[in-house]
Amino acid sequence: MKPAVFSYARPKSWSDAVKLVASGARAGAGTQSLGPLLNLRLAQPDMIADLRHLPDYAGVVVSGGVLRIGAGTTHAAIEDGAVPGRTGEIMAGVARRIAYRPVRNRGTIGGSLAHADPAADWVAVLPALGGTAIALGLRGERRVPLAGFVTGIFETALASDELLRAVEVPTLPAGVRWGHWKFCRKVGEFSKVTACVLSVPGTAPRAVLAALDRPPLVIEDASALLDDTEAEAARIVSAFPELGEWRRAVAQTALRKAVAAVKQP
Amino acid sequence: MTAEPGGLGVGASPRRKEDARFLHGRGRFVADITRPGMLEVAFLRSPIAHARLLAVTKPAGQEKRVFTIADLDGIGTIRANSALPGFRVSEQPALAKDKVRHVGEAIAACVAESRAAAEDLAAICVLDYEALPAVSDMRTACSPTAPLLHESWSMNAFLETRRDDDVSGLDAIAAAKVTRTLRTSRQCMAPIEGRGVLAEWDPRLEQMIVTTSTQMPHVTKSGLADCLGLDEGQVRIVSPDVGGGFGYKGILLPEEIVCASLAIRLGRPVRWLEDRFEQLTAANCREHHYVITAWADRAGKLLGVECDAIVDAGAYSSYPFGACLEAAQIGSILPGPYILPLLRCHTVSACTNKPPILPYRGVARTGVCYAMETTLDALARQLGIMPQAIRLANLVPATAMPYRNLVGKVFDSGDYPESLRRAVAAIDVDKIRARQAAGETVGFGLATFCEQGAHGTSVYHAWGIPFVPGFEQAYARLAPDGVLELRVGVHSHGQGLETTLAQVAHEILGIHPDQVRVVHGDTALTPYSTGTWGSRAMVMAGGAVAEACRQLAERVAAIGAALMQVSGADVRVADGKVQRTDTDGFVTIADVARTWYRTPQNLPPGVNKGGLEVTAGYRPDPDTGTHSYACHAVVARVDTETGAVVLEDYVVVEDGGKLVNPMIVDGQVMGGLAQGIGTALYEEMPYDTEGQPLAATLADYLLPGTTDVPDVRLDHMETLSPWTTFGQKGIGESGAIGPPAAIVNAINDALAGLGAEVMDLPASPSRVLAAIQAARAVKA
Repeated sequence: MKPAVFSYARPKSWSDAVKLVASGARAGAGTQSLGPLLNLRLAQPDMIADLRHLPDYAGVVVSGGVLRIGAGTTHAAIEDGAVPGRTGEIMAGVARRIAYRPVRNRGTIGGSLAHADPAADWVAVLPALGGTAIALGLRGERRVPLAGFVTGIFETALASDELLRAVEVPTLPAGVRWGHWKFCRKVGEFSKVTACVLSVPGTAPRAVLAALDRPPLVIEDASALLDDTEAEAARIVSAFPELGEWRRAVAQTALRKAVAAVKQP
Repeated sequence: MTAEPGGLGVGASPRRKEDARFLHGRGRFVADITRPGMLEVAFLRSPIAHARLLAVTKPAGQEKRVFTIADLDGIGTIRANSALPGFRVSEQPALAKDKVRHVGEAIAACVAESRAAAEDLAAICVLDYEALPAVSDMRTACSPTAPLLHESWSMNAFLETRRDDDVSGLDAIAAAKVTRTLRTSRQCMAPIEGRGVLAEWDPRLEQMIVTTSTQMPHVTKSGLADCLGLDEGQVRIVSPDVGGGFGYKGILLPEEIVCASLAIRLGRPVRWLEDRFEQLTAANCREHHYVITAWADRAGKLLGVECDAIVDAGAYSSYPFGACLEAAQIGSILPGPYILPLLRCHTVSACTNKPPILPYRGVARTGVCYAMETTLDALARQLGIMPQAIRLANLVPATAMPYRNLVGKVFDSGDYPESLRRAVAAIDVDKIRARQAAGETVGFGLATFCEQGAHGTSVYHAWGIPFVPGFEQAYARLAPDGVLELRVGVHSHGQGLETTLAQVAHEILGIHPDQVRVVHGDTALTPYSTGTWGSRAMVMAGGAVAEACRQLAERVAAIGAALMQVSGADVRVADGKVQRTDTDGFVTIADVARTWYRTPQNLPPGVNKGGLEVTAGYRPDPDTGTHSYACHAVVARVDTETGAVVLEDYVVVEDGGKLVNPMIVDGQVMGGLAQGIGTALYEEMPYDTEGQPLAATLADYLLPGTTDVPDVRLDHMETLSPWTTFGQKGIGESGAIGPPAAIVNAINDALAGLGAEVMDLPASPSRVLAAIQAARAVKA
């Protein structure tokens, strides 16, 4: 369980980083997923471009109702309050339950999203918050809606010559209702199913059902789920016939629990 | 070690001497040890469960860095025989020869300057094989149409055993009869430190020195000498700090044989460090299948038990404990702590295309306790009596001790019913019943069991395994400065023996444990021993150290008395001194030591010429084993939406006889308990029909973490064993035996209202939910 030979680059500028990736280098951030893949030799890149030393890689900038979170912002930083306001409160609650603290100390929001493990927390949660992924390629920045960013198992909307630069999420008002429920058999384990519901006053509630071995299912208008939870949860889960009985049952439970949290007075 | 309020001798809880080293990161494990010019080994392992091996094509230009069995001529195969009638012997080559029989079996050894480079070599070797159908299910392994793993055998079974009491009349007289089909999962033992081997040839001594992570250095030495064709003086095994054994390191490894052979051939030190993938596919444990029937009268008194059990022993019989340590013990362990009049039992040690099983902490008892205790609860439910009532109706009472049960096991001492009563009293059962009445799926579960430990010659000779344990020896020497050096052939890898054996010495000689050095883990330095296994070290090595210290005390007393010019009858050894019994006069043991080594002119005439070093042997009489016992009581809550189980409360009432260091015993029980919780709720190594392991990383093979183990309430009874030095009993495995039974009984109590029952381990959310849904379907 030692990696195959690769060369290591530490780009100092974003343009260098993009050039390396465009030439076939694998981007590395906290390497909490990439590291095991290298050790298992499931990933055998010729080169790893370590993004951690890029300017403004980590950190949060607030402007005009939007929070721009650098891709290199660690889960631990988010857990510790790096993201302000109601959005930050929601994200801190999610970050707190990602794996274990040592993983959170190194793992990054951008790395997790770009890796696109279907069971990963940000893969489930960011589409529910709404917002945009900022991709950076040789031709500059490109904006991709978070709801459609993850396109498959370990697949994203990023082109082969693009990096994930940042994610932008809205600054949510204090009155927002949030429901998030995931099932792990033990602390720190990958989720077996995750459901999120976000209800912003004046707009349709949005729901996500994720960690079901597919890209997340994003329901842009989840009003029906809130109105008739039992029937609608069953209908939503019926779209996952490939899952076993237990997984489907827990997926319905997840939706119910997330809705219940949103409705909680 | 500082003086503790409770003293330092037997029964005190001083802090562990070894912890300063471990907590400061000064422990030395195989992976910490390197040698100049050392090569690293990576093994090319079988990707397929069953195949005829046709060829291994070595990478061009690298042929001399890749070794197959053909390159290691002259090394013997591993053969763990048994004297049990009908036992079929497997021949396990150190590297696959002609056939592979499980995924992960080593086929070739690749050597390079680094492990990564060695793995590069392994990756470009080309295997040519003819796939054979895999035997992946122990229940069909013995069918006549199953392909044979070992082609000279008549069926895929290492052994069958039978006990044939006549139970045919019980249907007519029993008030209750239940039959259950139960299954425990295939598990992987997972010590934090995997295996590791560093082999080097010393040309001066003409000796193979193997530093290896093992629980039994001396047995490994003998097995290795045998396989390498060396004499025993040419092999030295060093077992440095070892990060957990649990049975996983109670084995002669194919990798040890290969590394030693390579070191000789290459003339360079060679090291192999097991990685986690190798660990999860190298060896398994505990896969049991039971069809069990029990009969009881109206009061719950057992009339008889019938059991058909299969254990999936995997492809080979491991050395030295063999392939049937689990299955062949089922019949003798099933009666548990109970009075059982009749037992009919058939067992099969099935041979399948899976890694060999090894004895894992608790050995057969964890599965047997699960079968017996869940069956008892099923009987209790049918009779409408409480689980404690059915147990009290059957437990061997204290007045019957020592008690010989129907299979001939002799329980040395104890009050089994009292442990049950204490455990039940610690739980508010009425409150649980009230919560159940209010609709909560919460339940209360019990498990009572006893743990035979330190069983010796009289038990194992019947097995005829390669190493029947006999007398255990310890060496004690007073150094010129009065420091006491103890050398033992057992190995401490978490048991705290460096502390507890020092406490034993302190008990006899009064030397401060800080002044006692315990040496273990080196065959060149220690007396021969079968090692640390079977909850034997504290009884056997503890007894031997006590005996050696007693003999040493006699010699010290004689010299001390002469120095004080009094008769030997007028002195005693205590507190590190030879004290006159008539006055306050004394000389210290250090004074005596100084006299022996530096001023022998002052020694009395007729002094024992053996001096201040003693090797003494010990074996309890009888040596049929100590029986510690325990009752586990659990409160568990079941989430009927997800099948998840939460352990709300956990009580253990344990009797380990005299506790040499109660703090260490608590640690032993707690550590075992965490593993038992793993067996109960998490751990499972599934294989598909092709014999492929489906949980080959720790993301798939779930181990309980610290947050998954509840705060356990431990209560001790201390009924001395009449047969051991201080009344101590073996207790190392107990914690891992009870949890699956107690937890599943609690789950089933919680689900009783729904008519649901969990049968198979682990009681994972999906299994629990499936049981609930099946019960709902029946009701609908």
